Amino acid sequence: MIITSYILMIIGAIFLALGGFGVFRMPDVYNRIQAGTKATTLGAFALILGVGFAEPSWFLKIALIIVFIAITNPVGSSTLARAAYKSGVSATLLQKQKEGEDK
Amino acid sequence: MKKTISTFLVLLAIWVLLTGFNWMEVVLGAAVSLVLAIIISRFVNYSFGFGIILGLIKFIVIYIPVFIFKLVLANIDIAYRVLSPKLPINPGIVKVPTKLKSDFGKFVLANSITLTPGTLSLDVEDDEVIVHWVNVKGKTSGEHQSRISKTFEKLLGGIVK
Repeated sequence: MIITSYILMIIGAIFLALGGFGVFRMPDVYNRIQAGTKATTLGAFALILGVGFAEPSWFLKIALIIVFIAITNPVGSSTLARAAYKSGVSATLLQKQKEGEDK
Repeated sequence: MKKTISTFLVLLAIWVLLTGFNWMEVVLGAAVSLVLAIIISRFVNYSFGFGIILGLIKFIVIYIPVFIFKLVLANIDIAYRVLSPKLPINPGIVKVPTKLKSDFGKFVLANSITLTPGTLSLDVEDDEVIVHWVNVKGKTSGEHQSRISKTFEKLLGGIVK
């Protein structure tokens, strides 16, 4: 049981680190939001589930926290991306600029 | 009245999940939830009947496993893209038509699109979801739909309207 929780926590930490790395590496705002959202959602799920396996009496609270993360995390990132879309950030513009600079 | 009862049940469920099942806590939670539900029920715009139980069971049994599987796939996909030195992306914005009518259905669909491989929903306009896609494949909106949201549409169509 405790081994499962450690494995889940390590997986969560790895995905959270990958999320941060993705935000650093991706070229434009949408791709950064993508890398951030997905990795942090699964990372937080795994981390919190790991805590739940370590302390089984907290499991209902953990379930509630997971439900709230699943609802709010994508909505937050969609809102950020929507603001960028409404203010006219093109998805391919920055990518093309970068290719132009490379040549 | 229906709205008040729905709000009351949601608040009480959250309270019980947070505190654990204990008669004293449930009675206190019910009292506070009742007062709160009477006050805030005029501001909420949802209500449900007995059909919600069947819907909830269907949602948990059919939808959640597919969703978790897709979420893991999405993370492996994004990890591959982030870690590979060439950064293999071909981003673009596409519009995906949807048949779902209710606000809740569109909300769940948009959230699912955000958490599946390579796609991020930007906005919902009437019957279209605007989607940013890391690696655009295909040209027509039908093709886009079959690659992005067909699985979820099919599953959700049987559960919410």
